[in-house]
Amino acid sequence: MSVVDLDDAVAVLGRFPALAGATLRVEEGEIVLLRGPNGAGKTTLLRLCAGLLPLVRGTGTVLGLDLATHRESIRRTVGFLGHQNGLYLDLTVAENVRFWGSTVGASDAEMHAAMSRLDVAGRVADVAVSKLSAGQKRRAALACLIARRAQLWLLDEPHAGLDASARDELDDTLRQAAASGATMLVASHELDRAGSLATRTVDVVAGRVLEVPGAPGSGNQAGTGAEEGR
Amino acid sequence: MSTMRIARVVAAKDLRIEWNSRVFVNQVLPFAGVTMVIFAFALDADSVLQRVAPGLVWLATMFSMLVLVQRAFAVETADGALDALRVAGVDPRAIYLGKAAALGVQLLVLEVVLLAAAVVLYGQTIPADGWVLLVTTLTSATCGLAAVGTLYGGLAAGFTGRETLLPLLTFPAVAPVLIGATRAVEAALGTAGAVVSDGWPWVGLLAVFAVAFGVGGALAFGPLIDE
Repeated sequence: MSVVDLDDAVAVLGRFPALAGATLRVEEGEIVLLRGPNGAGKTTLLRLCAGLLPLVRGTGTVLGLDLATHRESIRRTVGFLGHQNGLYLDLTVAENVRFWGSTVGASDAEMHAAMSRLDVAGRVADVAVSKLSAGQKRRAALACLIARRAQLWLLDEPHAGLDASARDELDDTLRQAAASGATMLVASHELDRAGSLATRTVDVVAGRVLEVPGAPGSGNQAGTGAEEGR
Repeated sequence: MSTMRIARVVAAKDLRIEWNSRVFVNQVLPFAGVTMVIFAFALDADSVLQRVAPGLVWLATMFSMLVLVQRAFAVETADGALDALRVAGVDPRAIYLGKAAALGVQLLVLEVVLLAAAVVLYGQTIPADGWVLLVTTLTSATCGLAAVGTLYGGLAAGFTGRETLLPLLTFPAVAPVLIGATRAVEAALGTAGAVVSDGWPWVGLLAVFAVAFGVGGALAFGPLIDE
């Protein structure tokens, strides 16, 4: 079963069809880079997969759940990380992870494992988020995604606002997550960085999805990939 | 996870944030205390102060409530946490009930401190037969204020100029609480010859208000924060 399976999907922002017939399939363990100019529909595609936008036409499933009928259930199973981290600045990292984990009934062991996996379980765990560097905040946010058992990570410009060392930290984190089987859709303009992480790259152009032969990672998952947009 | 269980998690998170930041203790309580002192300066006669003390307590409560509500939603919007809750599919009724419960706890503490201030600064006394009415009034009025404050706080959180929008929305809506709670506390304290039995109808009004806004708020909160 594909993690994401869109066929001729249309989503609108207001009355504008921001996705105009996108077809995309993502298999478990893939890291798919979405690239394209501003306004092409990358964020809309992520938001559709997150269950935040209704599917106006076409068909689509995420983690086996129908986008037309199970958007609320989809929201509970995916993790969407945009330009902001969704953290509480006055809470410590551990308190943030505990809160997000508690919303899905995660055990203490699961929450500790999430922090360990993102390397925020040591002294950083007891530091208020407001005092962390941008890279540490990103790692804490990803730990929260793991604590609340997100099975698909939807990352919108994950490198935005980070300095070079924080970007390196984030890349290491995403590589580790990928190595342990996480499935990710990443929208990014940082093609060198995100491309080196991706197992496959697709272009989003005018609301449609196009396979990119020869792009970073594009040959790694032959047969599982994005279908051409129309 | 049930709605009530997630609501408890949200309430505990909000109270933990206040415990960590100490904004309630270091800013809101002093603000409320200063307001009571300013009232005392403005109405510089013991007889007048004792007559209007119940109303001043509730006015100070409502001014301070605005600070608490803005703070409650500022922590949600500072790094996009409210959006993240919505994106994560957390039941909006649970968010509403949890935030209202945390706000209610803080309001209750605030009201007790303000009543104590009225006793100390204005020479107010609490007769023995007024305690039950007083506690019931505080509880029901707090529920109503928390329900309205959380609903409009969530609504205003998505707008620019939310600092000025919030009082414009909130004060007209809580006018029934101001009137009902003031009359009920006057009855509990025996202000201007009022007797305890005069206060119970006002408590009924406060309870109806709290239930109406509590239920309405829980139902409306999801669509409001989705906009």
